[in-house]
Amino acid sequence: MSDKNMQPTVYNDTVVRQFSIMAVVWGVVGMLVGVIIAAQLIWPELNLGLPWTSYGRLRPLHTNAVIFAFGGCTLFATSYYVVQRTCQVRLFSDKLATFTFWGWQLVILAAAISLPLGYTTAKEYAELEWPIDILIAIVWVSYAIVFFGTIAKRKVKHIYVANWFFASFIIAVAILHIVNSAEVPAGWMKSYSAYAGVQDAMVEWWYGHNAVGFFLTAGFLGIMYYFVPKQAERPVYSYRLSIVHFWALIFTYMWAGPHHLHYTALPDWTQTLGMVFSLILLAPSWGGMINGMMTMSGAWHKLRDDPILRFLIVSLSFYGMSTFEGPMMAIKTVNALSHYTDWTIAHVHSGALGWVGLISMGSLYYMVPRLFGMKQMYSKRAIELHFWMATIGIVLYISSMWIAGVMEGLMWRAINTDGTLTYTFVEVVKATHPFYMVRLLGGVLYLGGMVVMLWNVLKTASSGHPTDAAIPHLVAHA
Amino acid sequence: MDINILRILATVLSFVVFVGIVVWALSHRNDKDFQEAANLPFEQD
Repeated sequence: MSDKNMQPTVYNDTVVRQFSIMAVVWGVVGMLVGVIIAAQLIWPELNLGLPWTSYGRLRPLHTNAVIFAFGGCTLFATSYYVVQRTCQVRLFSDKLATFTFWGWQLVILAAAISLPLGYTTAKEYAELEWPIDILIAIVWVSYAIVFFGTIAKRKVKHIYVANWFFASFIIAVAILHIVNSAEVPAGWMKSYSAYAGVQDAMVEWWYGHNAVGFFLTAGFLGIMYYFVPKQAERPVYSYRLSIVHFWALIFTYMWAGPHHLHYTALPDWTQTLGMVFSLILLAPSWGGMINGMMTMSGAWHKLRDDPILRFLIVSLSFYGMSTFEGPMMAIKTVNALSHYTDWTIAHVHSGALGWVGLISMGSLYYMVPRLFGMKQMYSKRAIELHFWMATIGIVLYISSMWIAGVMEGLMWRAINTDGTLTYTFVEVVKATHPFYMVRLLGGVLYLGGMVVMLWNVLKTASSGHPTDAAIPHLVAHA
Repeated sequence: MDINILRILATVLSFVVFVGIVVWALSHRNDKDFQEAANLPFEQD
């Protein structure tokens, strides 16, 4: 530390490479499980009569794999990549960074085994049982130490805005996970929540919605704030706006959870509070979208021949769409129609496939060639192909689920003049059949694009060789 | 002290802090700092 010659000369890109490759692998796995359960909703026999492959067990496997394995690995990879380059120092601790990689893979493996076996806390997006919860907490605290340790020893004066978003994501997820996972063990793979009744539901959706807000939004906005300026080759449109919408997001997101519990046992005032904060949330969300989009001003022509930039910008338009749709659906009267229907599935996937998926793919396409000492990806045409497969897949997926959802909502509330229900539940299920077919097609396209990406990434990795970028000698002018 | 007083104070204090942040972010005193920060991704490669 004291000797200047002992300073590392290259960034720790090994851990970035590991997380990047695994992000693509888990992406294929998680989306494949998604396609399987989409098919099971049309042909229930596809569980093959086995308990381990039944819908109820595979669905949490799908959500955990795409959110925490694909999304999680992408967040680890990009945050480690960005924090080193914007602080101009190597990661705080190589050993701890390596531990976060293997620890996180162990969590994923434990999830992939325990969920099909039927071990679950039955809390959505927090299904993993208590021993795995403890492992997650340990890995996450290590992640925080590596990330904040790197920020602390930075060679530049400012903390770049992307790191603010990554930092809030790491802190918030730690708090959410630890509070929501408070449970009383009753055996090695069985536990009971520390909360009861409606409090349990409120804690769960405070967790659930902020997992959306901090894991799937703040973290990926961190990605956006580095990779959009880099790929567009111009600084972010307004640094000022990035600060204002960051803090607006922090102060509002925590309150929006109750909109998941409209018309339930939750007190009415709490529901209304959740609705109001969800509506306010439109402003900071669009602040981020506008800031990303406007970074392109004067460089829109680049979209024509740069498929990576196209991934990033189309991702932002899905972010804008789903963060407009979300507040609308949080309005109680709208929610009375949309809740428990496939409209929710459409909304989630417009955010997940459109925003989170596309920005992950764009940033991975940016990093992978650089991590393997290549100028660009092995095949640019394969990126083009992936882009169109993904985009058409998303459009098919969300439009079919929108139609199915509104139809379900209308059919469920239709009543005859004598007050009886017009449709039986099974009639509504039958009516969704064609839309489920279109959704499956969209999902297959999206998965197909991801397989193309895996091929392209492996080709790029094998034609190049692992390369760690050099740390610049010049300290940024103060 | 009534728990509700504490809740009100926390809410009002949060709002005041947020307004303070907005005023700070919009003041032209920070123009140079923000420009430097915005260019951090371009300081190398």
